Amino acid sequence: MELLQTKGIEKQFLGVKALKGVDFMVKAGEIHALMGENGAGKSTLIKIITGVYPASAGSVYFNGKECKFRSPLDAEHAGISTVYQEVNLLPDLSVAENICIGREPRTKLGFIDKKERKVQARKALARLDIDINVGENLSSYSVAIQQLVAIARALDVDCKLLILDEPTSSLDENEVKELFKVMKKLREEGMAIIFITHFLDQVYEVSDRITILRDGQLVGSYEAKDLPRIEMVAKMIGKTPDEINQMQSSIVKNTKFGDTVYEAKGIGRVGTISPVDVSIREGEQLGLAGLLGSGRSEVAQIIFGVDPHDSGTMTMCGKTVNFNSPQKAVKAKVALIAEDRKVTGIIPDLTIRENIMLALQASKGIWKTMTLKQQEEMAEKYIKLLRIKTPSGEQLIKHLSGGNQQKVLIARWLATQPKLLILDEPTRGIDVGAKAEIEALTQQLCGEGMAVIFISSELEEVVRDCDRVIVLRDRKKVGEIAGSDISLKNVMKLIAG
Amino acid sequence: MNKTSNKFRHLVWPLVSLALLLLFNAIFTDNFFKIEIKKQDSAQAPSVPGNPPASGTSWITPESYENVSDPTEAAAKAAAEEVEAAKQTVKESAGQQAVPEKKDDKGVSIFGYYLYGTPIDILNQGSKVMVLAIGMTLVIATGGIDISVGAVMAIAGAIAALLISMLDAGTCIGAGMGPSVYWIIPVLAALVLATIAGFWNGMLVAGFGIQPMVATLVLMVAGRGVAQLITDGQIITFDNPGLVFLCNGHALFLPFSVWIVVAMYVIFGLLTRKTAFGLFIESVGNNERASRYAGIEARRIKWLTYVICGFCAGMAGLLAASNIKCADSNNAGLNLELDAILATVIGGTSMAGGRFFLSGSLVGAILIQTLTTTMYMKNVSPAIVAVPKAMVVIIVCLLQSPVFRAKVLSIFASKAAKGGVQ
Repeated sequence: MELLQTKGIEKQFLGVKALKGVDFMVKAGEIHALMGENGAGKSTLIKIITGVYPASAGSVYFNGKECKFRSPLDAEHAGISTVYQEVNLLPDLSVAENICIGREPRTKLGFIDKKERKVQARKALARLDIDINVGENLSSYSVAIQQLVAIARALDVDCKLLILDEPTSSLDENEVKELFKVMKKLREEGMAIIFITHFLDQVYEVSDRITILRDGQLVGSYEAKDLPRIEMVAKMIGKTPDEINQMQSSIVKNTKFGDTVYEAKGIGRVGTISPVDVSIREGEQLGLAGLLGSGRSEVAQIIFGVDPHDSGTMTMCGKTVNFNSPQKAVKAKVALIAEDRKVTGIIPDLTIRENIMLALQASKGIWKTMTLKQQEEMAEKYIKLLRIKTPSGEQLIKHLSGGNQQKVLIARWLATQPKLLILDEPTRGIDVGAKAEIEALTQQLCGEGMAVIFISSELEEVVRDCDRVIVLRDRKKVGEIAGSDISLKNVMKLIAG
Repeated sequence: MNKTSNKFRHLVWPLVSLALLLLFNAIFTDNFFKIEIKKQDSAQAPSVPGNPPASGTSWITPESYENVSDPTEAAAKAAAEEVEAAKQTVKESAGQQAVPEKKDDKGVSIFGYYLYGTPIDILNQGSKVMVLAIGMTLVIATGGIDISVGAVMAIAGAIAALLISMLDAGTCIGAGMGPSVYWIIPVLAALVLATIAGFWNGMLVAGFGIQPMVATLVLMVAGRGVAQLITDGQIITFDNPGLVFLCNGHALFLPFSVWIVVAMYVIFGLLTRKTAFGLFIESVGNNERASRYAGIEARRIKWLTYVICGFCAGMAGLLAASNIKCADSNNAGLNLELDAILATVIGGTSMAGGRFFLSGSLVGAILIQTLTTTMYMKNVSPAIVAVPKAMVVIIVCLLQSPVFRAKVLSIFASKAAKGGVQ
C-alpha cells in the first residue's frame, strides 16, 4: 500500500517553475531512489513533502490522509524524518544533546534529565550499531559519524518515512557499506526510505524502486531490476543511450606538455601535512588521490596560500614565489575551487554576475573596475559556455541548485584565466551529466595549455582523467605514478600501502 | 526598468514611514512646513535672544526652538555660556586682546539669503546622525558594528575646542594665520584623531579578530575619558567664526552642515559604488571565508570600513561641537551610536552584513531626526521621549519585515473573505 503519495505537485520560485505537476508514490517497507540531474527538482520535492516550502499547487497524502505540513517539525510529528545533504547539527554540543535536542527527557521538576538523555542517545545509536561516547562534542567525530548521528536523531522519533538526501557524499566505502546495512535493517522493520544520491552504483545496491525527475517533471517510476543503468542515465539527462556513449568516449587526453608551471619542493605545514614535492607542467592534469583526510585538500590549500606553508620553497613559471595568502596566489594566476562550496565558495546573497566577476575583480584591486556591460557580457558568456541553468545573471546564486552553483564557481575562476587550476572535489554532489561536462571541460582546458590539479574521492575519475597521480596517505606523499602505470589497481595498492 | 525598481525597493518602506510622519506633522503641527527666506543681517537677525516672537504667531525661532530641541545640548550650552563669561573676565583681566565677538548665531552666509523653517532645522540637527550613518552602514555591511562613534565624536570635539582655544590664545603654531584661516587646523586635527580611533577599532577587529561589539566597547567606554583628558575635565567654549560656521552657517540657501552631509554621501557613494570597494564589502559581509578564497583581502576591507567610520564620527563630532560652540566631553554624541545603528537598519542594511544601502541610511537618519523634532515640538517630556521613539522604530522595522506584512495581509484577506460570505 502507498505510505506517501503526491498528486500534481507544482512549485514556482520567482518566476521559475521548479516542479511541474509531479505524481510520486512510496510504499511502506521499500527503499525508493529519487534520481535526477541538478535542478531537476528533487530537493524541492523533498522540501514540499517535509513542509519546508508550501506547494504552489497539488496535494500530499501521507498514511491515506491529505496533509499540509507547515514546518519540518510538523512532518516529523506525523512520522516523516529527513537527513539533509549538509549535516544540520550543532558541532559544539555533545552527541547526546544533538540527538535529543528539542525533545529532551525531563525530570519530575521539569529540568532536563541528563542521565536519561545519554541513555536515550545510546539507544538511538545502538539501533545503527554505533558505540561512541555520547558525552563528547559532535565536532570531535568524523563527518561519517556525524552523518550517522544525524540519522540516529531522525530515527529517534516514531518514524515511518525516512528521507536521506545525499547521505553518502562525505562517506568512504566502508562507511557507505555500514550505512546500507542500517538502511536494509530499517526496511525489514517496515520503514519506507527515500534515498537521493548521485552515485549510480549505490542506487542499484540498495534501491527497490527508482523514480526519475527531469526539469521539474516526472519521467517515471521503475522497478530497479527492470531498469538498466545506461537507460536510467539516459532518462535523467534526456538523451538516448547511444548519445551518452559518445559523450564518454569524446574525452581525449592531452599528451603535449609544455614548460613547468608550478613546482614546490618540500612544502609542508606542521600539524597539517608532511613536506611534499609537487610539480606540474602546462597542459598536464595532475591527480591527488587518497582517502578522505589523507591530506589531499591540505596540499591544495597550502599551494593556494590559505594555510601558509612553513617549510619548503615554491616556484611559479620559474620565479620563486611565496604564496602565504590567497591574494598572492590569485595574482600569480592560480585558482582553487575548494571542497566545501557553501563555506568557501559561493557568496549567497550576491548575484551570479557578481559571483563570477569576484575573483577577477579581486586580482585587479579596488580601483580598476569593469563596466556593468562588461560584467554582464562576461556573465552571459559563462552562463552559455557552462550551461548554467538560470533565467538571468541577476539571479542570486543561493537560488541555484548545487551543480549550477559549482559551475558558477568554475566560471569565477576561468574568468581570471589561470595558469594553474586546482579543483578539489569538483564533482561531489553533482549529477552524471554535469560530471561529464566538467571532465570534458578540464580536458579541454589542458588542451589549451592550462595546468590542472584534480582532487577526487572517485578513483575512476582520477584514473580516467589524469596524466600523473600523486597518492597520499596519513598526510604524507606515498607515491607518484605516471602514464600507463595509472590504473585503478595501482592507485588502490598505494592507498592501501 | 525592472532593474531600477529593484534598486530602489529597499527605500520604499523607510520613505513611506517618513511620509506618514510628515503627514502627521502637516495635520497636527501648525506651520510645520512653513519655510521662509531670510536675509542675513545681523542687526535684524531673528535669532537675537530676548526678542521672541509674539506667542500668537506660532512659528518657532531658532533660539526658542533650539532650547527645546535637545535638552542635553541646551544644558551644555547654558553651562558653556557660564564658562564663557568667566573666560571673558579672565581674558580681560589678563589684558589679552579678546577675539571680536560675533553675536549673530547664524554666522556668515554666502549670498546673504537662507531658507528657514522646521524641515530645514531637521536637516541641520540630523546632520550628525546622517554623517555617522555612512560609516556605520559600511561597518555593519561587513558584519561588524561600531558602538564607539559617540565617544569618538566627543574626542573630536574636545581636540578641536582645545586647539582653537590655544590658537585664540596664541599658544599654538599657526596662530599667526589669523582666526579666519587657522580654524582649519583644529578641524583637520579632529578628523585625523578620529580616523586614528577608527584605525584602532579596525586593528582590534580585523587585525586581532576580536568581536566587533567587544572591540569597539573599549573605545566607547574609554573614549569619553580620553576626551576629558584632552579638555582637562573642562567644557571648552569657542567662538571662532570658521568653526562655528560648520553647523550654524548657511551656504546656497541651506545650512552649511547639509552641504557637508551631501558632500560626504557623494564621496562615499562614489567610493563604494564606482569602485569595487562596495562589492568587496558586501562579499566579505556575506561570506568572509569564501571572499578570502576568491582573493579578496577581507581583513583589509574590514579594517578600512572602521577607519572610514572613525572619520565620519570625527566629522559628526565637529558638527556637534560647532552647533553648541563648545566641547562637552560628557554629552557630545551621547547615545548617537544607537541612532546611527537604527538609521542603518531602518535603511534596509541587515545587521548580519552583506548588502548595504547608503541612501536608505540617509532616509533612516532623517526619519529619526524628524521623529525627535516632532516629539520636542509636541512638548513630549525629554524623560519619556524614548518611548514613542521606540514605538515608531518598531513599526518601521515591522513594516520592513516580509513575514509581518504577509501575516497582516492574510488577516485582511481572511476578513475580506468572511465579509464576502456574509
